[in-house]
Formats: sequence, C-alpha cells, structure tokens
Amino acid sequence: MSTTTPTRKLPKMRVDLRQYGILAALAVIVILFQVLTDGRLLLPGNLNNLIQQNAYVLILAVGMVIVIIAGHIDLSVGSVVAMVGAVAAISMSQWGLPWWAAVIISILLGAAVGAWQGFWVAFVGIPAFIVTLAGMLLFRGLTLVFLTGGTINALPGEFNAIGGGWLPELFGTIGEGRGSRDILTIVLGVLAVAMLITQQIRTRAKQRKLDLPVERSASFWIKNGVAAIVILALTFQLSAYRGTPIILIILAVLILLFTFVLNQTVFGRHVYAIGGNLFAAQMSGVKTSWINFFVFVNMGVLAGLAGVVTTARAGGAVASAGQSFELDAIAAVFIGGAAVTGGVGTVIGAVIGALIMGVLNMGLSILSVDAAWQQTIKGLVLLLAVAFDVMSKRRAGRR
Amino acid sequence: MTAILSMNQITKDFSGGVRALDGVSLEVERGHVHAICGENGAGKSTLMKVLSGVYPVGSYGGSITFENHETAYRSINDSEADGIVIIHQELALSPYLSIAENIFLGNEIATRGVVDWPKTNREATMLLARVGLDELPSTPVLELGVGKQQLVEIAKALSKQVKLLILDEPTAALNDEDSAHLLDLINSLRGQGITCIIISHKLKEIRRIADTVTIIRDGQTIETFEMKEADATEARIIRAMVGRDLDSMFPPHTPEIGDELFRVENWTVHHPVDTTRKVVDDASFSVRAGEIVGFAGLMGAGRTELAMSIFGRSYGSHISGTAFKEGKEISVKTVSEAIGHGIAYATEDRKHFGLNLIGSIAVNISAAALSKLSRFGIVDRFAENKVAEGYRGQMNIKTPNVSVLAGNLSGGNQQKVVLSKWMFSGPDILILDEPTRGIDVGAKYEIYGIINDLARQGKAVVVISSELPELLGLCDRIYAISEGTITGEVDRADATQERLMHLMTAGKD
Repeated sequence: MSTTTPTRKLPKMRVDLRQYGILAALAVIVILFQVLTDGRLLLPGNLNNLIQQNAYVLILAVGMVIVIIAGHIDLSVGSVVAMVGAVAAISMSQWGLPWWAAVIISILLGAAVGAWQGFWVAFVGIPAFIVTLAGMLLFRGLTLVFLTGGTINALPGEFNAIGGGWLPELFGTIGEGRGSRDILTIVLGVLAVAMLITQQIRTRAKQRKLDLPVERSASFWIKNGVAAIVILALTFQLSAYRGTPIILIILAVLILLFTFVLNQTVFGRHVYAIGGNLFAAQMSGVKTSWINFFVFVNMGVLAGLAGVVTTARAGGAVASAGQSFELDAIAAVFIGGAAVTGGVGTVIGAVIGALIMGVLNMGLSILSVDAAWQQTIKGLVLLLAVAFDVMSKRRAGRR
Repeated sequence: MTAILSMNQITKDFSGGVRALDGVSLEVERGHVHAICGENGAGKSTLMKVLSGVYPVGSYGGSITFENHETAYRSINDSEADGIVIIHQELALSPYLSIAENIFLGNEIATRGVVDWPKTNREATMLLARVGLDELPSTPVLELGVGKQQLVEIAKALSKQVKLLILDEPTAALNDEDSAHLLDLINSLRGQGITCIIISHKLKEIRRIADTVTIIRDGQTIETFEMKEADATEARIIRAMVGRDLDSMFPPHTPEIGDELFRVENWTVHHPVDTTRKVVDDASFSVRAGEIVGFAGLMGAGRTELAMSIFGRSYGSHISGTAFKEGKEISVKTVSEAIGHGIAYATEDRKHFGLNLIGSIAVNISAAALSKLSRFGIVDRFAENKVAEGYRGQMNIKTPNVSVLAGNLSGGNQQKVVLSKWMFSGPDILILDEPTRGIDVGAKYEIYGIINDLARQGKAVVVISSELPELLGLCDRIYAISEGTITGEVDRADATQERLMHLMTAGKD
C-alpha cells in the first residue's frame, strides 16, 4: 500500500486514555498493597482466593454494564442470586436432581426473572429503578419463603466445584509437595497469550489491508508484551496453588463473549444507541422495547449464574446470600468508566472496576483493617473514580 | 405620546463571528401594543433577550432607555424589578404546583420565610379574575390546557407590577378560541395602561391588535409604521420581511422528473397530549421521482408534525390517512416499516433525534441500516468503517477519521453525518427537515449540492424549511402549510417569496 502512496501517512488510532487510566489505577493499587503486605497480596493462595471470592462481582458486573449502557439500573441482582441459590439447593437436596440439572434450572429461573423485570421496564414503561427495587424486595421475600426450613447444606461435590474447585491436574505437576506447580495452568496461560497475540496481529493485518488507521508498532508491541508478561506471571503464580480455578475458565468465556456481543453484534450496537440517544435510536428504526427486554433477560441469566457460583462456593444456600451484591456490581461498572446517563461503558472496564474493588477487599483484609473502615475506603474509591470521570469529561468538553 | 422604551443601535455578536443583531433600533410608545415581525432567525428573540437582561449589559452594543433612564440589566431579575416581563414561547410553569404557587414562584408572599397561604390565594384569585381565567388557585397547572397556562403566565406577570409585557409568539401553540381570548386580554391590558410587545408571525393577529409594527430582517430594523396608516397592509409587512435578493448560493439544478413515487392522502394528526387539537388537518401531497418538493411553513405550522407522523407515527395521536408508494398503498405504522418501504427522515433536531452524539461517526452512519453490514447479527466492523470512510470522502465530512465522536463535529458536518446515515439506508423517498438549520453558508452550498445529486439519482426528495430563499432556490414545487392545513401548491416558475408568505400566513378563516 505504502508503495503506491509513499508520502501518505495513515492516521494513527487515538488511544483511549480513560480506559488506560483505570488500568493504571488497578496497577497502582496492586503495587501499593503488594508493598504494604510485604508481598503477601499476590501469593498463590491469595491470588486464587481473589478470583474465587470475586467471581460473583465479575459475573454480575458483565451483565450490569450492559444494563447501565442501555440507561437502566438493576437493584435486584443480589436478591436474585439468593433466590436462584435457594432453588438450586432445593432441587438437588429435596428433589434429588443431578447437579447439571440444577445449573440449568438456575439459569432458566434467572432468565424468567429477567423477562419479568424486562416486561415491566420495556413494555409497561416503568423506570428500571422502581421495577428492580420492587424485585429486590420480591425475590428476597421469595428466598425466605423457599428457605423456611433453614439453610440447605451438603450439596454434591461437582456442584460445589463450580465455585470452589479446580481443573484436574491433567498433565501432572512440576516438583512435589509444597513447591509443586500444575502444568495445565501454565499451558493454559501460554495458550491464552498465543491466542491474544495472534488475534491482535490478525486484526492489525486486516486494518492495514483495508487502509484503516493502525496503532503505532511500538505501542502495539509494548502493550501486548506487557499483557503477555502479566498473564504468564499470574498463571505461573496460580500454578503453585491448586491449579486453575474452574470459575476462571467460566469468567474468561463470559468476558470474551460479552466483549464480542457489545462490540461486534447488532444487539450490542443497539444497546449503545439506546443509551446514547434513545430518540435517535427510535428514529433509526431500532426496536428499543425489545432491546431493553433482552438486556434484562440477559442480566437475569447472569444473575442466575452468579447464584450458582455463590451457592457452590459457600457450599449451601442461605437466605441472606447475595446481600448488597447489586451495589458491588454497580460500583464496579461505574469505576470502570461507564456513564450514569448511559451510552458509555465496556465489559473490560467493568471487569477492571470489579478487580479494583476485589484487590482493595483482599489487601485491606490481609492488613486486617477493620471491616467498617474497609467499607468507608471502598465508598471513597467509588466517589473518586466517578468524580475523575466527570471532571475529565468536563475538561474534554471545554476544549 | 411618549416613548416608554427606546432601544438604540443594538448590536449582538455570538462566538464564532455570528452577528445576530446589527444596529437594531426600536421605539415603543407608552400604552401601545407594538408588534415585531420577521422571519425565523431574523433576530427578534435575541433582541428581546437583550432587553430583558438574559444577555447582560456589556455583552451587547448600543443603549436602552426605559422609563427615561438608561438600563443596565445584569439578569432577568433586574429587568423584572423595573416592570419588564417576558413570556417565552415555551411556557415556564412548574406542572405539579398549583396556579397560585406558580404565580408567586420566586416572589412568595411570606413573612420570615413562612408562606401566607390565605393571602397568596386571595391575591391569586384577584389576578385570575383580571386575566379572565375561571379556575381555582389551588388547581395544579398540569390540569390546564396551553391556553390557560398562557393566562397563568400573564397573571404571574401582573403580580410583578408589569409595565412592559413581552409575549414571544403567544398564540403559536393555541387553538382559535384560546387565541381570540388572549388577544382580547391583551386589548384590555392596553386599556389598563400596560404596554405590550408581541412577537408574531400571524399577520391577521397583528392587524387586529397592534398599534405599531416593526419589521426586523437579518438583524436589522427594516421599517416601523403605525397600523392605522393607509398603506399598512399585510403585503407591506410581507415585503419587508422577505425583501432580500436570492443570492447565487444554489448550485445549478436541472430537474429530470419521472413518475409519481410517493403520495399521501387525507393525512390528519392530532396533538399527542391535547387530542382534541388537530396539528395536521387533511393534508394531501405527492412527490415524483427526481423531484425536489418543498414544504414552506412558519414554525408551529405542522410541517415537522406531518413528516414525523408519516415516518412511523413518531409524532401525534389519532393519525388517519393513507400513504402510497408507486401507486400502491403502504403501511408506515412503525419506523422500521417506513424504512423498509424506502422512506428516510432526517430530523430537524439533529442533537435530540438525529445523532448519538457520544457515538462515533461510523456508528451513526450505519445506525439506520446495520442489517446491510451484518450477518447472523454480527456486525462487520471493517466493512462499516469502509462505508463510513466512503461517505467521509463523498460528503466531505471534515474530520481526521470516522472514529471521532459525532458530538465533536460542527453543525454542518453533523448534518452531513445525518444525511450519510439516510443515504446508506438506500431510500427512495427522503424527507429532509430543515436540512441547513444552524449551518454556515459554505456547508449549506455543499448540502444543496448533495440534495440535487439525490434527485438526479431518481429519488423523491421532500425539503421542509422556514427559509423561503432556500425553498425557492432548491425546489421544483412547493407546498405551503399553515396551521396544519396545506394552503397552496406553487410551481417553481410561479413561486415568489411574497406569494408563499401570503399562503403561509393565510390561516383558517
């Protein structure tokens, strides 16, 4: 290409600094706690717990970011998590269903809850805040009804493994005893890096071919190099504990899937369009009611999955499960750069937001900071993150 | 007679080098009803904002004398303290508060911060009697129609001891009966010694109540005369309003007109809230392939309402009438149906209805026809980018690349994005509502060129505009619409600004 028009320079892609700003914040927080805890934060066991303990926020944040981009909110997800967990536990311990049937029931129940709320929001026109506030009370109430017999424990091991188990050590380990490392985890890390790099190179080649703006070579390789090193380091560290958490695979699939859905599908486009300018979307022929409906169905499905994961990790269903999960998810989404007014947000941003909250939790716990102060600090972090967002937008507007 | 107000050589510039007022002078006699006429954008509203302190002293040039002293208003509160009250076209009442609360909002009858309700209600009742509004002061404003809300606004003005009442197009949203009542009220206020400035497009009204009329055009005073003068005719007002030569700002256009492509018959639309009011009344029109058809009408005449109701019932209630494409009746009940039949509507209000300002140019261009760029629900973003880049070149959208957000573009470039979006949807019929509003002259020329190209490709183009020169320079045929009714149809050869303005202000008799 450049042979025909040697003087012409392709416009360089602009770097979204806001996205990197959040990533930088995560890096700073990780390093800060790594130092404060004398390196204990990223010990294999803690890293493993970070993933398993925060899986529910990550799953919910992925659904919540879509809800928030569309200009809504969902306050009911914590209650849905509890209700789905209760039904899953009952289906196994009282109806004697196998673990996989319980998972299917959970997800269908989540979808049904989402359809219920989506109906009121999309077709009756009640604000999501009200519908899901009602849902918060409604589904918490139903959970208490289902669990009148008290908590349900003693669930099948396969089920519990979804939240708290690891992939089998297929390829054995390097070394024995305390210093041993799971080879599968390292292999998966290498595979992930290989996939990332090939995908990035292919996109770049296609952009070149179509004469589209391409990122500078240097920043492209530095960026991917850093990403590769981070992935390899983390998987290497994880391999020293008990291998790859099953939930990590589920999370990776969800993050990739929903990044794809938001970026590459008509549905995703329509979600951004509705949040960006509802009227313009309507006037462009977008079926806004149906999009809103499916946004809530999707949130319901993910809340159902979060219910499975939470119940599995706890090893049982309790009526108080999922308390304030909705707030964790919403906080993660806003820390991740989503706009309160809708139209802006990314899955990866929400994931980073959730990780920031997770690292804060973990780091403060290791430092044995009082739970009351932990909450105070998290509140301030949320406020500062959104304030940063608002101010950077104002500066951009003034320009 | 003495002048209560005189404004001398008022100039007002906006950022970006737009001169909205260029030496306007205005003299208003005490106890008169003074009408100000002019086309949309002539500078009438800007002048009133200067007068009432919305634009503070220092931000404009010239001097204003009110009641024999020079004014220096820094805000609307200052001018209200002097007894100048402006009632805007969009009413500024709080819907959930009562009439009495609205009348005294910001001006409460209270001692040490505690509202004296009996006194408030008594005063409100007296004010309501003065404006002839038979409602309890405790009625919430949202239960009143627009006409009655207008009266509440006037009562509010009276409560502030108004000396000079300014009404900005007070009857634009009113039905005939409410309009007549309002005009009677203005008459009786004049009897009570209150001076009125009324901004209006409706010449019949002006003839009925105004003592004096001033015509403003392109930010300058054209003339002022007494309505009792022998030659104070509607024709004189119209001539003064439009009297400007058509400049050579239109690219040449040779029409190649084919068969009828789109026809609408007996289209009637009611107001979405006030369902008794007809916004469009029994409108019928047709467009042929390759033809550019204009719709001339003043603001509020029902042009946009007609277009939006055709485009998937995006406006109004109780819509009746039939639409035909190539002679066959089509259903346009939803936007998707309308787009499916090859209709495109580029809205008047780009920022509100036309664009996702926080979305990229590419995303906006593909918004109405994503199905063309996707398979199994997956968007081919490379193809999308290619398409958007294509339009960037073709339409000369001034931007480094198409991933720039639409909100960062200038008005003219935003409009090009809107046009690109609809061109990409592959329409047969394009309805362009005020396609050049808020756009500088250079970009206007380019957009006229694009419109001509579309017609040359055999598309049927409908252009709605309040700028008569634009319609005359662009269109092959022009319909005039007034108060929801199509009042006439003029061919390019016979069209003059005077004739159109006459039809546009005709109204129902």
